[in-house]
Amino acid sequence: MPATPSHVPEPSRTDPALIRNFCIIAHIDHGKSTLADRMLQLTGVVEQRQMRAQYLDRMDIERERGITIKSQAVRLPWAPTHDKGNTHILNMIDTPGHVDFTYEVSRSLAACEGTILLVDAAQGIEAQTLANLYLAMENDLTIIPVLNKIDLPAAQPEKFAEELANLVGCEPDDVLKVSAKTGLGVEDLLDKVVAEIPAPVGVKDAPARAMIFDSVYDSYRGVVTYVRVIDGQLNKRERIRMMSTGATHELLEIGTNSPEMLPADGLGVGEVGYLITGVKDVRQSKVGDTVTSQQKGAEEALGGYKDPKPMVFSGLYPLDGSDYPELREALDKLQLNDAALVYEPETSAALGFGFRVGFLGLLHLDVIRERLEREFGLDLIATAPNVVYRVVMEDGSEHTVTNPSEFPEGKINEVYEPVVRATILAPTEFIGSIMELCQTRRGTLLGMDYLSEDRVEIRYTLPLAEIVFDFFDQLKSKTRGYASLDYEPTGEQTSSLVKVDILLHGDKVDAFSAITHKDQAYAYGVRLVAKLKELIPRQAFEVPVQAAIGSRVIARETIRAIRKDVLAKCYGGDISRKRKLLEKQKEGKKRMKMVGSVEVPQEAFIAVLSSDDSAGSGKGKK
Amino acid sequence: MERMPSALPDGEPVPADGALPASALAGAAGRPLGFYLHVPYCATRCGYCDFNTYTATELRGTGGVLASRDNYAETLTDEIRLARKVLGDDPREVRTVFVGGGTPTLLAAGDLVRMLRAIRDEFGLAADAEVTTEANPESVDPAYLATLREGGFNRISFGMQSAKQHVLKVLDRTHTPGRPEACVAEARAAGFEHVNLDLIYGTPGESDDDWRASLDAAIGAGPDHVSAYALIVEEGTQLARRIRRGEVPMTDDDVHADRYLIAEETLSAAGFDWYEVSNWATSDAGRCLHNELYWRGADWWGAGPGAHSHVGGVRWWNVKHPGAYASALAAGRSPGAGREVLTDEDRRVERILLELRLREGVPLPLLREQGLAASRRALSDGLLQEGPYEEGRAVLTLRGRLLADAVVRDLVD
Repeated sequence: MPATPSHVPEPSRTDPALIRNFCIIAHIDHGKSTLADRMLQLTGVVEQRQMRAQYLDRMDIERERGITIKSQAVRLPWAPTHDKGNTHILNMIDTPGHVDFTYEVSRSLAACEGTILLVDAAQGIEAQTLANLYLAMENDLTIIPVLNKIDLPAAQPEKFAEELANLVGCEPDDVLKVSAKTGLGVEDLLDKVVAEIPAPVGVKDAPARAMIFDSVYDSYRGVVTYVRVIDGQLNKRERIRMMSTGATHELLEIGTNSPEMLPADGLGVGEVGYLITGVKDVRQSKVGDTVTSQQKGAEEALGGYKDPKPMVFSGLYPLDGSDYPELREALDKLQLNDAALVYEPETSAALGFGFRVGFLGLLHLDVIRERLEREFGLDLIATAPNVVYRVVMEDGSEHTVTNPSEFPEGKINEVYEPVVRATILAPTEFIGSIMELCQTRRGTLLGMDYLSEDRVEIRYTLPLAEIVFDFFDQLKSKTRGYASLDYEPTGEQTSSLVKVDILLHGDKVDAFSAITHKDQAYAYGVRLVAKLKELIPRQAFEVPVQAAIGSRVIARETIRAIRKDVLAKCYGGDISRKRKLLEKQKEGKKRMKMVGSVEVPQEAFIAVLSSDDSAGSGKGKK
Repeated sequence: MERMPSALPDGEPVPADGALPASALAGAAGRPLGFYLHVPYCATRCGYCDFNTYTATELRGTGGVLASRDNYAETLTDEIRLARKVLGDDPREVRTVFVGGGTPTLLAAGDLVRMLRAIRDEFGLAADAEVTTEANPESVDPAYLATLREGGFNRISFGMQSAKQHVLKVLDRTHTPGRPEACVAEARAAGFEHVNLDLIYGTPGESDDDWRASLDAAIGAGPDHVSAYALIVEEGTQLARRIRRGEVPMTDDDVHADRYLIAEETLSAAGFDWYEVSNWATSDAGRCLHNELYWRGADWWGAGPGAHSHVGGVRWWNVKHPGAYASALAAGRSPGAGREVLTDEDRRVERILLELRLREGVPLPLLREQGLAASRRALSDGLLQEGPYEEGRAVLTLRGRLLADAVVRDLVD
């Protein structure tokens, strides 16, 4: 069994030449967490008996979904196999694996000099991994390509080694082949990290500058901030300053993770560790910000800081209106740990009181919604996700629309919508159906490259609005699950967009308003109107269901008035049954929302609004 | 044939001796008392029927107790004696007796008379008591009817359902068209003052004209009472399976509404007035007093397997299986399977949901503020009649009768 090497350098007194800072870029399920587990074991920081699968993923949802949302850093001592006396310090910085968290990934990468590119030997590289690889290359990181799961019967190490070699620009033989599960090849990999990744370089005597690459709220300790020191040194008990805001804090604790938090005297050039200042909100300790000393601090912040910007919005409403205060409290709590989560109260005539919540992307939305439901026990209605529109009126005034029902009336000059550069990786046999899909989603082909004989990278410019709808589900269904998708915002474009309103018995239902391209408005209207007719029970009067652009009706159905609602018989034995049925019906009535004078079942809202449902047509074709 | 749904509600257990809480008997003297006697036998099971009935003539309970058609009158008499014990020194004579099923007329006429005699012996019958039995048109003849009449029965209800052969066939009814009308004449000849015909509308395959023909045939036979029920396709019945398999079409609610309007139009033109959503009579004397006990919260004891009872805010129901029923009585135990003691609010809700179905409607003081507001909306929507409303009663209009359950849901608030 491995043991901790002797003469391990201590934090704040570690020669930068002995430090290697690296991260692991990998797709979900390609084995990053298992590899990290194996490294913890081999370097002896976690003893065998304490080992549990995916040690570093702390949240239940992360563990269940097999994804890492929040990154961490672990200090691993490693004596290279051919240089046993010279113990190095490897700082493994875990990175989020999803497109929504590209900014967090970029900051994690900025904290490293090298990265392990980990790819499943049975599946090959995926679009998100490729995107992160490009990010790493832009950051001039040393790339160590590794194929994992070579013990699997379906593994094709030769094929995918070639693919990786082409991407990274090395020889196929340079691609390491490991099994994180069995531990095969992991020691070689650690040796290679020491041998190939450059040591950090910084100015020891300069004012301290440390970059925040993660910030996590802990209910016992407040915010734990993860930093990489670039120049100078941070010491315990000194006062520090956040350079983006100028706020100063006392450094209550500084230390490293192995993998539990271990206090230290300080952190020097090239070192990675954590800070605790007693702040309670991650927005006071922002990813990308520079930390310096209050006394004789640095003048200039490190580059690359950005405020997180929500890309996708959805209205979140409690199913039971009386849960509104609980929803607010739950969002407040989640925000402590999620600087990218923004929300403000919103009132919907149809859904009552709720919040308009901004997210980095669809996964972010899913994760937040799931945490609200699971950790806080809330039943929610989420309105269909939408993007942010910029509307310029003929009089020159400008509106930012985050909620379709707020789309301005009157003379509109231009509407701008966000666009993304989407990268799709898929087997070549699906090129046709992918291009067809992108074409119907208003895409513009940017280019196409063959990664290997049978795999292709297709690049499109697409309106983000088309992606947040059900694009990914459609893509998966059209490619039998083989395609992977990544996208990055690239700006905005003007488009012929219109707002489609849905009217029930003449009353506009704000929750169903949508902004669509004018060519798709009719189809949207027809689909929604038909669906509502099916979902809304007949009422005491005839209910017209209409879709309209402004005052122009583009689709109409009629829910006929109910004519009979009475049980034929009610004799002795029927009475208890009838009373119980009545109680049940009353319960059902409570779950109805009144839209004007029309009773609409909650289920109708959920069915129409849920993205699951909008993807239903695609799923059906599988 | 339509008195008892097969599914029993959940409730608390009934004590072995069947004793009622003291609250149930308080003020009993001011309420009429009726008896319902259930006969759980049928010659064949109809495809639409989900009532508690059996085609076997002998059913065995625990401990070898035999429940058979032949000794059924004795078994039922045991429960009537139990009722006497449970009601103690309750001085009330019985106002109504109703024998239903199943098919009561599968028993010998003498058996029905003996059951009635047991009630007379234990409780006494009021001088003007209404004594009804349901009857299958194929299982009675003038002699049978004469025996019933002599034994004290004065009202009879025939399951006619339809005048059309193809409709009867879908319903699995075995009588020939015309036979029920003939029964009415035979009953009149035997001296029955009151005769009812039960009709069913909305059977798959029935047309508006078929329904009109059934109404005309029923009216032409000269009963003083007609019940007309929309066919309810209950889960678990043969008919439900046939509809699911697509062998017969499902009738939609709009057709039911049309047929109801036809019934109202045809019956009222022939001198019948509605007095409950599904019941019409030629005069107040023709109304079924026994059913009115159900609808007005009076007391009745339901004897027989699966029968339901109500006394002073306590509802209970017997075990369903005739074998288990006979075993309980043979062991000296109450056959009660469960009961519920109604709260004041339960009773208020029941009054609204039952009385709104009646021509006299619901007294407005029974409604709370929200219910009153709802009643005003129902009035302006044309679901309640204006005249009675001004006099303090919520009475349904014709359109309101078709939407009675929706009105009830609002009025109980």
